[in-house]
Amino acid sequence: MYKFVIFILLTLAATAQAQAAPDGAKPYARNCAVCHGENGSGGLGIPLSLASFQVTVSNDYLRKTIRLGRPGRVMPPSSLSDVEIEGIVRFIRSWSKEPAPLFSATRIKGDAAHGRQLYAAHCATCHGANGGGGKGTGITFSRPRDLPIMAPALNNSGFLAAATDSMIRTTLMRGREGTPMASFLKNGLKEKDIDDIVSFVRSFEQAPKSGSANLAETEVAVLMMDSPYDLATTIENVKRAAASSNFIFIREQALDFGLVPEGQENPRQHIIYFCSFSMLNQALMTDPRVGLFLPCRITVVEQDGKVKMMAVNPKRLSRIFNNAELSAMCEEMTRHYLAIMEEAAL
Amino acid sequence: MTYISRFLCAALLLGLSAIACADQLLMIRSSLPFPEAMLALQNAITTRGYKVTRVQNVDQGLSKTGYQTDNYKVVFYGKPEEVAQIAAKHPELIPYLPLNMAIFAEQNSTILVTSHPGELANFFPNPELSAMFMRWEKDLNEIVNEVHEAK
Repeated sequence: MYKFVIFILLTLAATAQAQAAPDGAKPYARNCAVCHGENGSGGLGIPLSLASFQVTVSNDYLRKTIRLGRPGRVMPPSSLSDVEIEGIVRFIRSWSKEPAPLFSATRIKGDAAHGRQLYAAHCATCHGANGGGGKGTGITFSRPRDLPIMAPALNNSGFLAAATDSMIRTTLMRGREGTPMASFLKNGLKEKDIDDIVSFVRSFEQAPKSGSANLAETEVAVLMMDSPYDLATTIENVKRAAASSNFIFIREQALDFGLVPEGQENPRQHIIYFCSFSMLNQALMTDPRVGLFLPCRITVVEQDGKVKMMAVNPKRLSRIFNNAELSAMCEEMTRHYLAIMEEAAL
Repeated sequence: MTYISRFLCAALLLGLSAIACADQLLMIRSSLPFPEAMLALQNAITTRGYKVTRVQNVDQGLSKTGYQTDNYKVVFYGKPEEVAQIAAKHPELIPYLPLNMAIFAEQNSTILVTSHPGELANFFPNPELSAMFMRWEKDLNEIVNEVHEAK
């Protein structure tokens, strides 16, 4: 027994040591590469190796971004150790020959009211009227997108905590080559105008919590409803109700289909799959990770003489995606599931 | 098994899962093109005693209805006895069965994504189920790691 305990403790110690290793390539590969690409070329996340990105963000910005994430905008907060985060920052920097820029933490005192007007004219098209950012997740998924990079949410608490005024100012002045973000100096704005825009962007900190930072608080993990009908009738009712909610019936199968030999499935547990392809397309463009919900399905079960309809609660599950845009869609999907069950039980 | 060894096993599993992913989604990028990654995934699943029950072609449905997409599938899998037992004893878990994993192409690489089974322990705080969620967590970490390392 003691040998077993010692083995476990040693394994845990080795694990902790591995996690604390200063080599940034491994924690990057484990935590970042899936979205940002093995070589920082981007994907679901922004292209970190982009030269114009590297010269306009400080190491402190990267550290804080990793630590805080972007609430409601996919990038999760991290519980990695400071040593690991430092390693990741060094690894990201290894893609650039330029030294990491340093930015003053001093607040820029511009005219936010004037900045608001300039923001509406020059920034709102991409970053949203209230700084909510571009729609969709990251850059190209597996289908063509118009933009190589999605405009970040400037009103996001994670962004505002990570970016100093000076850093935002530099980005506005230089732009980011290879993205739609143009140099405002080249576009004819003066440095004073840029300071005013920076002050307006900073004023988002005082604004009520943005939609992008507002994740749905949800309740139960399973949507469940009793049916007054027998199993076969309930199954047909669910199909009909799904169709009347503009979903296309895909198929019906036993819960244990594919697990047991054909013909031996439990006839009292059936899954009904259905789909709205326009919703599906919209959901995948909003967040391609949404496959966990696919296809839409309601399971009808007969147990102890009672028939129940069940489904996962998308509203509850959506929290794990850290994507406010997707959460709104999942709330809608929860309403659809409940409406279908209610109609089937009428 | 004593309480202390159970505690240590749980701590070990939690430690391993923390390495695999810090947030609530389990995601990996495979450098393999989609067909090879799909094959590696199905092999990794079956090697651990699960059966692949169905591969849902999300991409085909989208293409047929006029939407542009690359390869996008959802792989459903499970163990026959386990699914039968859960359905009988814990029917509230039925909507989460069979287990599934989304797999999709991103240019020349492939992304796998699923939720951490450990997350189900928050949804269903039943001590009787926690050991099973832990086992799924361990298996799933092994599955995605195997795909991640496949060349």
